[in-house]
Amino acid sequence: MLLSTKNLSFSHPRQQAIHFPDIQLTSGESLLILGKSGSGKTTLLNLLGGLAQPATGEILIDKVSLSDLKGQKLDLFRGQHIGIVFQKPHLITALTVFENLQLANFFSKKKNDQLMQLLKDLGLADKSKSSVLTLSEGEAQRVSIARALANQPKLILADEPTSSLDDDATQKVIDLLKEQAEKIGAGLIIVTHDQRVKNHISNFIEVKSS
Amino acid sequence: MNLIKLSWKYLTFRPMSTGLNVLLLALGLAIITVLLLMQDQLEKKMNQDAAGIDLVVGAKGSPLQLILSGVYHIDFPTGNIPLAEAQKLTRNRLVKQSIPLALGDNYQGFRIVGTNLDYLELYSTEFESGDSWKEAFDVVLGAGVAKKIGLKVGDEFLGSHGISEGSHDHDANYFKVTGVLKPKGNVVDRLILTSIESVWATHEEEEEEESSSHVPSEITLHGLPQSEEPKEITTLLIQYRNPMAAIQLPRQVNAGTSMQAASPSFEMSRLFEILGVGISLLRGLAFVLIGISGLGIFIALYNSLKERKYDLAILRAIGAARFQLLQLIFLEGIMLTFIGAVLGILLGHSFLAVLVSQQESGVMVSLNPWIFLKSELWIVIYALTVGILASVIPAIAAYQTSIAKQLTKA
Repeated sequence: MLLSTKNLSFSHPRQQAIHFPDIQLTSGESLLILGKSGSGKTTLLNLLGGLAQPATGEILIDKVSLSDLKGQKLDLFRGQHIGIVFQKPHLITALTVFENLQLANFFSKKKNDQLMQLLKDLGLADKSKSSVLTLSEGEAQRVSIARALANQPKLILADEPTSSLDDDATQKVIDLLKEQAEKIGAGLIIVTHDQRVKNHISNFIEVKSS
Repeated sequence: MNLIKLSWKYLTFRPMSTGLNVLLLALGLAIITVLLLMQDQLEKKMNQDAAGIDLVVGAKGSPLQLILSGVYHIDFPTGNIPLAEAQKLTRNRLVKQSIPLALGDNYQGFRIVGTNLDYLELYSTEFESGDSWKEAFDVVLGAGVAKKIGLKVGDEFLGSHGISEGSHDHDANYFKVTGVLKPKGNVVDRLILTSIESVWATHEEEEEEESSSHVPSEITLHGLPQSEEPKEITTLLIQYRNPMAAIQLPRQVNAGTSMQAASPSFEMSRLFEILGVGISLLRGLAFVLIGISGLGIFIALYNSLKERKYDLAILRAIGAARFQLLQLIFLEGIMLTFIGAVLGILLGHSFLAVLVSQQESGVMVSLNPWIFLKSELWIVIYALTVGILASVIPAIAAYQTSIAKQLTKA
């Protein structure tokens, strides 16, 4: 089992606690987390990525409990084992495309000589030395996917990766994510309210704020 | 990719703001560098030039002027003193040694100083070529003079009247170069030295006009020259025989004769006291500049931090520890100020070099702008402290960035 959660809940200050359904995921498997806007999907993703602390419950990734990790150890664990694709690309604008990927390697203390191949797979080979400011929105999105994959993580978390894309692009991005996840044998979790994604990934859970 | 490279990328990503802050800091530090260099070298030179001279005796007037003209050869002399009175003074039991100086002429702005060989010994000069003067109108050139006007042993020249450039030439007698001194970095470097009789002779011809060339047959190599006629010299440099002399001799001279006595060390400390106001003003300005640049660095880091909150959150998300973000911001501040410090020091030295090259003669010429002082290390340390102080608040803010909050704000 790559990922399993139990009794997860989270409470924003002065708001009712949100309870999340338990999740079980094996390597190479894909899962959708569906729900309306504001239902707490992104919160769940933050919990899974160790970006926020749950009020109750436990998250086990590759037999490691996230709540056992603190500070620097948690940051390093996240860098090495979890790749996150955010809603917006959020690239480091002072760096080139390739440097953005190298940065991920540096902070997670991992070496990856496949970065160029990765850019090739994502159709970004000729952009590797470009400033990220010159990229189109779609290219920036793909670079952010490449960055999430740069450390060959065990788990890939994607937050609404298709919300601003048309049908064709949506299919491409989802295919890309699935393909790359399979290639490195990682689990893939996509948080979305986009019903189109359901056509590509059948396995899903729903988050409902009570 | 590492933290240093990353901070460098961030710095060069906003070249205007980085450049402005580096420049501001560099300017402030350059002023401090120039002050340090001038203070160090001038003070050293002043002490070096006055070494062995306890008292300067000359015509009444400003004592500071007497010192500046008699020891450092910067200012005009206060006037002349009768040779007879000077001779009487040298016989005083409190006087160990006395060296006469006679001023009045120049060549291309360099003073021709009539004196005796004791003066060369006082500054323990050595000859680059040739030897000291043996006859009237023989001259010895200081290293700086020889270099600037390009004369060598055997060359001849006509002196001009007055101690600064621009007055009429004496046309009767040519001075002949018999020696060139090795550079010592002191006042002798910029003087033309000769016997007192040579200086007297050039001036007597002026006065007598018609009389046939009148070359003194003998010159005085040590002690004061003797003369039946009433002659004058400009100053007398005196070394005390004992500490008692410091108390008694100046009073004896000032009260009992038509001459005045001034102590180099006393007058120079008085001068530095007067200049001190200007120096502290300049230093104040430098600190204001450094303060502003520190503030500028702080504002630049703080502002860029607002834009970079996402960046920082992303860095955390891809594995960066809080501590590394702290380092990142500090590194930026430190790199910025380090560049500023190095630039400032270089700027300060170049500024001094320009200042020195603009001068034809005078004290500044003998300054060496490319001497590096240990205290310049303190400038670097000082600058880095400014950088660290300016980075503290932004770095703490970076440390406290909450990833989830930052990334979900969108």
